[in-house]
Amino acid sequence: MSVAERGLFGAYGGRYVPETLVPALDELERGWAEIRADASFQDELAHLQETYVGRPTPLYRAERIGDGRRLYLKREDLCHTGAHKINNAVGQALVARRLGKRRIVAETGAGQHGVAAATVCARFGLECVVYMGSEDMARQRPNVERMGLLGAEVRPVEFGTRTLKEATSEAIRDWITNVETTHYLIGSCVGPHPYPEIVRELQAVIGRETRGQILDAEGRLPDAVVACVGGGSNAIGIFAGFLGDDGVRLVGVEAAGAASLGTGRPGVLHGARSSILADEDGQVADAHSISAGLDYPGVGPEHAHLRDTGRAEYVPATDEEALAALHLLAEREGIIAALEPAHALARALELDAELVVVCLSGRGDKDLAVVLSHGR
Amino acid sequence: MAAKRLSVYLMALPETPALAEAAVAGGADLLEIGFPFSDPLADGPVIRLAGERALERGMRTQRCLACLAETRRLVGPDVPLIPMTYASILEAHGYERFWADARTAGATSLIVADLPLEAAPEIPRVQLVAPTSTEERIREAAERTDGWLYLVSVTGTTGARATVSGQLEGLVERARALTGVPLLAGFGISTPEQAAAAAALADGIVVGSRAIQVAEESGAAGLEEFVASLRSALDAVPAPAG
Ligand SMILES: Cc1ncc(COP(=O)(O)O)c(C=O)c1O
Repeated sequence: MSVAERGLFGAYGGRYVPETLVPALDELERGWAEIRADASFQDELAHLQETYVGRPTPLYRAERIGDGRRLYLKREDLCHTGAHKINNAVGQALVARRLGKRRIVAETGAGQHGVAAATVCARFGLECVVYMGSEDMARQRPNVERMGLLGAEVRPVEFGTRTLKEATSEAIRDWITNVETTHYLIGSCVGPHPYPEIVRELQAVIGRETRGQILDAEGRLPDAVVACVGGGSNAIGIFAGFLGDDGVRLVGVEAAGAASLGTGRPGVLHGARSSILADEDGQVADAHSISAGLDYPGVGPEHAHLRDTGRAEYVPATDEEALAALHLLAEREGIIAALEPAHALARALELDAELVVVCLSGRGDKDLAVVLSHGR
Repeated sequence: MAAKRLSVYLMALPETPALAEAAVAGGADLLEIGFPFSDPLADGPVIRLAGERALERGMRTQRCLACLAETRRLVGPDVPLIPMTYASILEAHGYERFWADARTAGATSLIVADLPLEAAPEIPRVQLVAPTSTEERIREAAERTDGWLYLVSVTGTTGARATVSGQLEGLVERARALTGVPLLAGFGISTPEQAAAAAALADGIVVGSRAIQVAEESGAAGLEEFVASLRSALDAVPAPAG
């Protein structure tokens, strides 16, 4: 395989980065190949997943909202730090340590990945810098405070959209500048090769567990698996358990105002070719979502490929639909979900399917202010 | 030893053709014209902000091409003109179509900051190498590059710095051992002193962020004077002995 073909998902993926980063990506690719084949890494990761992250997470049957369907929730909200983001952060921290990098940079939108990065840096004694758009800092205040408490430095990004897109660009610029000492802990299955692959494999634990759990509970595979898609990491993680099962529909739910797959076009953003929100000149457009974690004009390249091949389908949910699903889940099941997976839940509740699994990617504490400000 | 080459980077704007003419009058040998992109990963604050303002003023691909054509008209047929941009712009316009349209407008080559060395071999471009580049990549970049090699003198983004990076010397040495193509150093070079220091090592320099600032602050006349000060600094660099 030629260098240009490495890390491609159909026509998507690749490595569109300034030359300065290419050797670091090569190093990461080699390091990752070694480490994942190493039994001691797999043992350490499994041990941390069990004793630190709190895995396996439960698969819970939500009997009071199924409306005729058997609806199961994969409870990633019960992970340490409150979202699936920690699955990836723990794994990448082990990789960084193996590569001898003592400094971590990360971007964050909702703050969940920033908190996960700050958490693993505290646990492994690494320096941590998190870039966050100033607009997101205002709407996800509790997570900014958590990162501070964990010893991370949160650097506000004050230009452009002041959201996840700009935070990601700034994190990459920091990495370019400090590449010798720094590992870029990317938060979703986006970015240049090998990141989409690494994040997919580290999140695939969600799908592996879910597959076993649903077989135990129901004696059969689900009709559909539904997950929200920002960059796409919780979705690719749960989809990974069912990609080979043709009878299982895979449904990704995007925010209606950030539907990179639904309304995007092929383009290059943050180091990879994918489906992005952009105009006809290739200028990246602003995304709009009530949910900071979905407010991103790009998406992981593997999702673009799954869309094109038809293996997965991608549908939108609006801010209002997500809010309504969040309230329903809180009132009927006693679970306060994050706004991101509330988008997935909203669509799952209408699916023409009997047995449905939804990835409940995170809990809603961070969103209380936004949710309450919208009233009931 | 040939004279040291001076490349000046300007962002594509309605006033850029006149600025480009001034830069050439001041002694620029070649011009890079930035086609702005919304998410320029290789750029520091000055060029990023200049790009944002250019986009606000409607400098999309067609208008950038028109700016290029007008620049070509004003500077005459001999000055190399090189659009510098990002892959997303070519992706949207079509790679081959972009190069065809740019060439028609007067471009002599391209620089695409985030297009990997191996990608789109049919599109001629000046390749960049960085202090982190391996020997293998420097050799390959030199083989594929169009005319000269762009040395990114520092691990970092574009923008003025206090001194010329200590990383440049090692990069020049490694590149010289691998290739005979001319080496122009850029990123972080903004004053005549820095120009002279970098040109003592490399075959020429690229000045971007500072040129943009000077053009914004004092227009074409100020830019011509600034470029002339760089030119005399380069002309005073002694040719290496032997
Ligand atoms: C709870 C939760 N779910 C989903 C996402 C979206 O990310 P991804 O699509 O990578 O899972 C985020 C991002 O911040 C999040 O916090």
